[in-house]
Amino acid sequence: MLAATVRVTRDLDLAEECVQDAYANALSAWPTTGIPDRAGAWLTTAARNRALDLLRRDQTARRHLPLLLDDPALPGPESTLDTPDIPDDRLRLIFTCCHPGLAVEAQIALTLRLLCGLTTAEVARAFLVSEPTMAARITRAKKKIANARIPYRVPSSADLPARVEAVLSVVHLLYTTGHTAPSGTDLIRTDLVQRSLDLSRMLRELLPREPGVAALLALILLTDARSGARTDGQGRMVLLGDQDRSLWDRQAISEGTQLVREALSRRPPSKYALMAAIAAVHSEASSWAATDWAELVGLYDLLMATWTSPVVALNRAVAVGFAHGALAGLHALDELSTEPQLARYSYLAVARAEFLERLGRIVEARLAFTEALMLTENAVERSFLEGRLAALPD
Amino acid sequence: MAKYLILIHGDEQPWENPSPADLDAMMAAHNAFSAKHGSAIVGGEALQSTKTATSIRADGTITDGPFAEIKEALGGYYLIQAADLDEAIAIAKDCPMPDGGVEVRPVMEFE
Repeated sequence: MLAATVRVTRDLDLAEECVQDAYANALSAWPTTGIPDRAGAWLTTAARNRALDLLRRDQTARRHLPLLLDDPALPGPESTLDTPDIPDDRLRLIFTCCHPGLAVEAQIALTLRLLCGLTTAEVARAFLVSEPTMAARITRAKKKIANARIPYRVPSSADLPARVEAVLSVVHLLYTTGHTAPSGTDLIRTDLVQRSLDLSRMLRELLPREPGVAALLALILLTDARSGARTDGQGRMVLLGDQDRSLWDRQAISEGTQLVREALSRRPPSKYALMAAIAAVHSEASSWAATDWAELVGLYDLLMATWTSPVVALNRAVAVGFAHGALAGLHALDELSTEPQLARYSYLAVARAEFLERLGRIVEARLAFTEALMLTENAVERSFLEGRLAALPD
Repeated sequence: MAKYLILIHGDEQPWENPSPADLDAMMAAHNAFSAKHGSAIVGGEALQSTKTATSIRADGTITDGPFAEIKEALGGYYLIQAADLDEAIAIAKDCPMPDGGVEVRPVMEFE
C-alpha cells in the first residue's frame, strides 16, 4: 500500500502521510458505512487519491510561488507559531531562500527579507550597498526561484546535508552581521542577533539530530551570552579581558555548553562546533588571566585545519600571544601581514597595537592604533580606539 | 514539468585524438546515463569540436571559430524534463563530465 502510494508521490514522507490519512478516514467512515469487501484496495485507492490531491495542490503552490514570495502579507515567524504545521512551512521557506542555486549574498538577503521581515532598505544597509542595488539583487533571486523552478520544499534526506550547510552559513552570517554592526552608531544590531537565534532554535527543533545545527546554536548562545558586558553604561566598547563576567548570561552559557558537548561528539567536529568550543573556553574562565590559552591555541589549530580563513588565523595569532607572550603573538601576526583579505581588516592592526603596547614599543603601537582607526566605520569601535590611543604613554 | 538544457562543458584538447578505449568508455558512460534517465531525456547530441564552428555576427560578418573563446568549450547537450531545479540537478549530476562540468539552464516557456 505504501509502495503503491510512493509511486504516485515519489516521496516517502508524503506517501506515509497519505496512508495515515487513509487509515484515519477509514476509522471514521467504516463504523457507519461498514467495512468494504476489499478493505485493502479501498485503503490503497484512498491513499493514492489523497496523494494525487496533495500533488495537485503542490503544483498549484509551485505556480503561485512567485506570488507568494512577493506577498508583503506573508506571515512572519511570530504570527504563526501556534499553528502546528507552520514550522515546516518556515523551514521550506528557509531552504528555498538558501538554495545553492542562488548566490550566497542573495541567500542571505532573501532570508533577511522573507524570514526576518527586514525591509529592503535595512537589508541594503546590512550589506553596505545602495537600496536599488539590493532591490535588484532580491528581484533577480526571486526571478531565478520562479524561472528555474527552485522548489518550495525541504530537500530530500540525500540532499539535506549539503543544503543544511548553506542554511547554517546564512544564519551564522546573520549573527555575525548583528554581533558587530559593520557601520552605524550601535555596536550590536540586536534585531539581527535575535533573528539568528530564533532561526537556529527553529532549525534545532526541526533537525534535532543534525550536529551542525546544535553547534551553531551553541556558538550563538555562548557568544551572545556576553553581549550585556560588551558595552558599558555609556555604550562604550569593553574588551573581553575587561568585561564584568557577572553580567554574562549564565543560563545561555549552560545551554550552550551542553549543546557544544553534543556537537563535539561528532568526528570530525564542524567549524561551528570548534568555534563554539572556543567560546565555551572563554565562558568557563573565571577571569581573563585564568583563561586556558593553550587550549584555545589547540582549538584554533583544529579550526584552521577544517576552515582556512585569514580571520581564524588572526584569532589564532592573538591566542598565541596570550599563551606564549606578546612577542610570539606579534610574530604570528606579522606572518599574516601579507594576507590580502586582512589588508583592510581593522582587527589585525588592533591586535598588533595591543602586543606592541605590551612590549613597550609605544611609537609603533601608536601607529598601529591609528591605522586601525582608519579602517573601522563603527562609531563605538572608533571611540574605543581613540580612547586607547589617548591613554598611551608619551 | 519543465524543460532544462544540460550543457556539457569541458576541455576539448584530450578529445582531438582520443584512444578507442577512451571513446568506448565515454560512449558507455553516456549509454548508462541514457539508460538511467531515459524517461526524462527529451533529446541530446554531441557536438563537433569548436574548430568546426562558424560564427555569424548580427551585422552579417561571418568568421571562423566559436562565438565566444572560452577554455571550457560546449561539447554536447541533453534536453531533459524535470519537475523542478532539484530534480534537474539530480539528473545533471549523473551526466558524464570527463573534465569541466555541466550547466543546467531552464528552457524559457512562452505562454
